[in-house]
Amino acid sequence: MSKFKKKKSGDLPAISTASLPDIVFMLLFFFMTATTMKDSDLKIDNTLPKANQTAKLHKKQYVMYVYAGKPSERYRATLGSSDRIQLADKMASPADIRNFIISERAQRNSEDEKYLTASLKIDKQVKMGLVGAIKLELRKINQLKVNYTTAQGNPVE
Amino acid sequence: MARKGRGLPPEVNAGSMADIAFLLLIFFLVTTTIGVDQGINRLLPRWEENPPVPPINDRNILTVLVNKDNQLLVEEKLVELKDLRQTAIDFLENNGKGTCAYCNGKKDPNSSDSPEDAVISLNNDGQTSYETYIAVQNELVGAYNFLRDKECKKRYGITFTELEYIYNDPASKATEGLVEDLKPKVEKIQELYPMRLSEAEPKK
Repeated sequence: MSKFKKKKSGDLPAISTASLPDIVFMLLFFFMTATTMKDSDLKIDNTLPKANQTAKLHKKQYVMYVYAGKPSERYRATLGSSDRIQLADKMASPADIRNFIISERAQRNSEDEKYLTASLKIDKQVKMGLVGAIKLELRKINQLKVNYTTAQGNPVE
Repeated sequence: MARKGRGLPPEVNAGSMADIAFLLLIFFLVTTTIGVDQGINRLLPRWEENPPVPPINDRNILTVLVNKDNQLLVEEKLVELKDLRQTAIDFLENNGKGTCAYCNGKKDPNSSDSPEDAVISLNNDGQTSYETYIAVQNELVGAYNFLRDKECKKRYGITFTELEYIYNDPASKATEGLVEDLKPKVEKIQELYPMRLSEAEPKK
């Protein structure tokens, strides 16, 4: 039976790393497809309130984001400490929402327009006065589909 | 110079390929976010200069006031946030007129006539925090969802939340006849429990 015995060599063979790039590329493609890009740097605090009666937002091509909150620590010296609106990368006033929506609509084809939803990402400390102003502007420009984007959780606690 | 071009071309070293791929991978890990945003979907009313005031009987309105200290006043009584949902459900399916066959309400003559007539009126102060506003919205939408889900489950064996998501998803257009099939179901449930949640402009 010594036929099957192999000759023992002295040192271990090196593990082949030839397939390592393939594995990493596979991971890379997974993350490229499964995730979405962060679109803008937030200059404001943005802790979303909790809610559990939520629906998922549809694909990103149908969503535009309106942020609001207090300027974060770093920008407080230049922007002040009262609640502000941020649209894409810029700080804005409620009156700027109109042009922002028009330009967002122009970027999409007309077929998608009726699915277009405004996602309101508003910090939980913001006062309703500002939220009311945002909603009024959205109504004036006929952007009636909104989503109060929230974190998952039960608000009654 | 004479040696060039002779023999086999040298192999390209692929040893650093893994490093490059790792670099790309880490870049994508850092710049992207996983997970889908979720939130409460609402449809804002159309903007009108002078909105007409429809004649609604007082007992068909559930007034919810939120003050600047984030306290709730429902029908002139101070209510805790955790009790709001049940209060709204009781109000919506009260069925005072007795015309609603699918309601399990108490038929209190001082509360709403039927789900079709019932209106919830929400009124905020300008200084109310957004967190409270969302919590109130969540509870009120929760009340509607509870009633709609119950009815939808009974009729079609699927909750209304799921039904509506599929119906509104732009991707559902791809499936032949799916949207047309769901449309009457969604509209039926919305007709049985219409979401009549009115919001006044916050007072400054």
